Amino acid sequence: MKKAINLSVNGVSRTDEVEPRMLLVHYLRDVLELTGTHVGCETSLCGACTVMLDGQAVKSCTLFAVQADGSAVTTIEGLAENGKLHPVQEGFWEKHGLQCGYCTPGMIVTAAQLLERNAAPSREEICHGLDGNLCRCTGYQHIIEAVEYAAKKAGQS
Amino acid sequence: MTNNYVGKRVKRTEDPRLIRGLAHYVDDVALPGTLHVSFVRSIYAHARITNVDTSAALAAPGVVAVYTGHDVAKIGAVPCASALPDLKVPDHRVLASDKVYFVGHPIAAVVATDRYAARDAVDLVMVDYEELPVVTDVEQAAAGGPVIHESFGDNIAYKLTTGEGDIDAAFAAADRTVKQRILHNRLAPIAMEPRGVLARYFPGEEELTMWSSTQIPHLMRTQVALMIGIPENKLRVITPEVGGGFGSKLNVYAEEALLGWISMQLGKPVKWIETRRENMLATIHGRGQVGDIEVAFKNDGTLTGLRYSVFADLGAYHQLLTPAIPTLTGLMLSGAYKIPAIQMNITGCFTNKMATDAYRGAGRPEATYVVERALDLVAAELGADPAEVRRKNFPAPSEFPFHTATGLDYDSGDYEAALNKAQEIAGYAQLREEQKQGRQEGRLMGIGVSTYVEICALGPSQAMPAGGWESATVRIEPTGKVTVLTGASPHGQGQETSFAQIAADELGVDINDITVIHGDTGVVQYGIGTFGSRATAVGGTAVFVAIQKLKEKAQKIAAHMLKADASRVSFEGGKYSLEAAAAASAATGTSEPVVPVGEAPAGALPEPQTEGKSSLTIQDIALAAHLAKELPPDTEPGLSATYFFEPKNFTFPFGTHIAVVEIDHETGDIKFLRYVAVDDCGRVINPMLVDGQVHGGIVQSIGQAMYEEVVYDEQGQLVTGTLMDYAVPRAKHIPNFELDRTETPSPVNPLGVKGVGEAGTIGATPAIVGAIVDALAPFGVRHLDMPIKPENVWRIINHG
Amino acid sequence: MIPAQFDYQAPATLEEAVSLLASDPDGAKILAGGHSLIPAMKLRLAQPQLLIDIGRIKSLAYIREEGDQILIGATTTHYQLESSDLLKRICPLLPECAKSIGDVQVRNKGTIGGSIAHSDPAGDWPAAVLALGADLVLVGPHGERTVKAEEFFVDLLTTALEPGEILREIRIKKPSGRFGHAYQKVPHPASGFAVVGIAVHLELNDDNSCKAAAIGVTGVSVKAYRAKGVENALAGTSLDTDAIAAAEKHVCDGVDPNSDLYASSDYRCQLARVYTRRALQAAKANVQ
Repeated sequence: MKKAINLSVNGVSRTDEVEPRMLLVHYLRDVLELTGTHVGCETSLCGACTVMLDGQAVKSCTLFAVQADGSAVTTIEGLAENGKLHPVQEGFWEKHGLQCGYCTPGMIVTAAQLLERNAAPSREEICHGLDGNLCRCTGYQHIIEAVEYAAKKAGQS
Repeated sequence: MTNNYVGKRVKRTEDPRLIRGLAHYVDDVALPGTLHVSFVRSIYAHARITNVDTSAALAAPGVVAVYTGHDVAKIGAVPCASALPDLKVPDHRVLASDKVYFVGHPIAAVVATDRYAARDAVDLVMVDYEELPVVTDVEQAAAGGPVIHESFGDNIAYKLTTGEGDIDAAFAAADRTVKQRILHNRLAPIAMEPRGVLARYFPGEEELTMWSSTQIPHLMRTQVALMIGIPENKLRVITPEVGGGFGSKLNVYAEEALLGWISMQLGKPVKWIETRRENMLATIHGRGQVGDIEVAFKNDGTLTGLRYSVFADLGAYHQLLTPAIPTLTGLMLSGAYKIPAIQMNITGCFTNKMATDAYRGAGRPEATYVVERALDLVAAELGADPAEVRRKNFPAPSEFPFHTATGLDYDSGDYEAALNKAQEIAGYAQLREEQKQGRQEGRLMGIGVSTYVEICALGPSQAMPAGGWESATVRIEPTGKVTVLTGASPHGQGQETSFAQIAADELGVDINDITVIHGDTGVVQYGIGTFGSRATAVGGTAVFVAIQKLKEKAQKIAAHMLKADASRVSFEGGKYSLEAAAAASAATGTSEPVVPVGEAPAGALPEPQTEGKSSLTIQDIALAAHLAKELPPDTEPGLSATYFFEPKNFTFPFGTHIAVVEIDHETGDIKFLRYVAVDDCGRVINPMLVDGQVHGGIVQSIGQAMYEEVVYDEQGQLVTGTLMDYAVPRAKHIPNFELDRTETPSPVNPLGVKGVGEAGTIGATPAIVGAIVDALAPFGVRHLDMPIKPENVWRIINHG
Repeated sequence: MIPAQFDYQAPATLEEAVSLLASDPDGAKILAGGHSLIPAMKLRLAQPQLLIDIGRIKSLAYIREEGDQILIGATTTHYQLESSDLLKRICPLLPECAKSIGDVQVRNKGTIGGSIAHSDPAGDWPAAVLALGADLVLVGPHGERTVKAEEFFVDLLTTALEPGEILREIRIKKPSGRFGHAYQKVPHPASGFAVVGIAVHLELNDDNSCKAAAIGVTGVSVKAYRAKGVENALAGTSLDTDAIAAAEKHVCDGVDPNSDLYASSDYRCQLARVYTRRALQAAKANVQ
């Protein structure tokens, strides 16, 4: 019944046997102990579980781990390179883009995707890009400012 | 003290772990051998349970145990801490055994080796029900619908009348009166992290440790210990990172007691993580009132009396504070105004729905909303500007402390200053002009004004069910590092940073030398928790006063070490100095670490050198106090102080919010043009954190005003049971907020802070609704109930 | 949150997928992007015995021109359609529609074929493929057949797909001549699905009169449909304000509009009328 999967997570290759129904988010959290990716709903609407799958932001609660076989996954834990924060992470810290922090990993991964595709987004484009992520604490204003900060910062480097 | 941190925009010390995904919420804590719990919940809103067959579930792979209501009969009832006269309190058990009275009511707990097996086995538990008639409408429940708790004879949990002044005389003598029926929609708090519990029993030590996503670790410890019969000092509650609460985790839930009990039965760690659907069904809801507001006033707009008669939808049973929430509404019915006579009549009723309880604002948004709606109605009645009607009824700054006819004494305020500032930022006069012109062109633009006051820093113990104080221990470790233990239990508000700011300035040390610890009853002295905008005003004050105590002792030790009389030693910039040297020393600012990293000799700590010195850092003194070789007589070793701060009064933050909206007359779509908020939360410790609290609060108000509503159908089925149906605002739904502040310090605490956690949720809703109603004024509209959806607006425009 | 158990197969070819599906046409489900199916499975509203993952068949994801046709593989993601420079140039309605689906994460994984085959009454793609008069290529144990989009959407969550059939390709005749396009939508504030979604493909004569208008409507009924009444009313008109106003009234002709907590049937019809007009105006404005 179990299926073998082989994937790269944050640059580390992993091989495991999983039940087909195991959600990618549970594989990351329970098997690989990468608990930075969170679960906030069960209807694919809150975005707390967002990770990069082959460079594309996806909701890891709406994917089975078997679907990620052969893919490269980047989670929030893998976003900083060599200990240097990703500009979006910096932006969230600098602009107070988080309070309880629960939505933050998904929000940051999604924002990173947004800036990869649009280096200088308008406020409206930021809101459109973050449409799949809910935050109940910040009221979004500081998150928008955090993304603007990151865009500026990334543009300078 | 120095002033390097307080009042400044200091980046949060919490963030590095959170933005890297390295923080630990309950479900991130992994213990070997953990069993997983999943709940069988009622699919009916009201039914007798005739049989529960667990045999198939018990036989399923991985299942370790299945518990039903009869198995857990010894666990105490879910606690209600509210004490109201003649309150009816249902005996709500942790699992239903004979009867269920809301959809989601837990019936059985399935324990299995992993979460998938536990979930599978839930479907194998066979429950036989005998359906009973259902009542979901609060007024029908009050009028004698099906009785939910038979022994009570009816569904009325309590009736209460509060207020001061001769209300009948006020209405009899009034030039005019207005009356409006107002509905407060039932809301789901939706903390992004659902609830979760991990419990681990150590049979040898007879100790139980529980990790729970709660706002009140100590209160939960006390209550759960009583419920499951473990000595309180054998139970340790840890709240790791908590992913938002908004009041929903200011509670003690059945699942918490059950998990602790199951771990004790099985001698194994057990974990339950709530699903979002469970969160919608079985975590408390907020609001849920319907009633009539009546105002008596003079022709010149002077308010003379206010009466609010309300049915409070309590849900099927009481959670911790369920019946108390509407009483908070009664406290705040004077709003920001002088009203000589006020009366509130509450009828609290049971319905076949989840219990309501504290949701951000907890009873006060309801008060502010009805009062502000009433002021708009008065303005409409008089044809006056709503801002001017408000201005006319403000107490002047000189009238504080201001006594209200609800029995409160507002601490300090300058309501007109906040109104003026908000009007100035908004360009109020110009907006009104634009509105006037726009109306001629057929534009539907509306301006809403809310001048709110809220009650915060809950609160004096006299007014609280389980103590209203807060505790702090501050200690300076031998290496000079400062540990702050707070009984408050922040969960996103940023007190690890703001308390460190307070401590860093008071001690004159670098903020990086400070660690703030909270949320672990095994480490932190008893505390009350974080709710009611209290953490900084009460908990922060406890930190502040504990530091003063600590400094008194440090001063004595410093004097002894400097061989001078204590009166000649002064403290500045982290240093105790002989008077003559004080000025020079102060200029140097922050201190240096006592023991530079890597230079400490193994085993022994270097003794502070005092010879020839005219000043010592407080961190030098901490080391000396721990080495205890050179202490004044009768001085305890160590450098630590604990303080339990009991506030003498609440605090009363206030402000003005102005919302400007425009309505699409074809679709009823509502668009924000502007949003201006001027809030006064007393002295500000960290303006960035204050802004964040205000933003978040306003957006929850936008949610209530325009999107959110928990809907049950007539059978008591939850129609809005997932985030597919229950609309939490998203980034695209918000306007650009224009924030500013006035700063009126509170005299209630030495920090002068008032609290800000709920301001946005309290102040914003009436401004938003006021703006929408104002936009529709040409159609003769004076009030609309929330959530105001485009369809409601379209109906007004097209059908009058 | 946790789906019931199932078996999982990831065939390398479509032929394999078809034969796997034939082995258990009732218990097996096709998994493409999974964004309709997996949420339903997590709530245990769907409990298939076998999932056949066609998402790994790389040859099923493509966008290409062939003669006067645009061919789109069933597992092409919404994002691939949204970001396709080719489509932006030759068939901009598709990227415009794609952009309004769900959110970026959903668009990165969800597929056009999955969305069409699921036929959610509030899905976006059905409106667009109807407006573009697409042909849908279905493959099953007895070979391949082509069904017109108009005949594909049968009823609530019901399509012309027979048990054992898989949607393989969407074929669209390349828009030619002077044409305009628009997809305008009222998203549900919670789910993001279309309360009303109007897809317009407009063809003009040289004198700017309406040669043909094709209007796909989603969100309004149990299934997406062509608003023939509007189309007929517009044909030959100058598309001026009066003509559009007269035509928009017909958008709900012959359907029994949905009613839910967010929008009653008459309000939904109002939105459909207003958005039909706005979409027509937008389409008219972008005619090249």
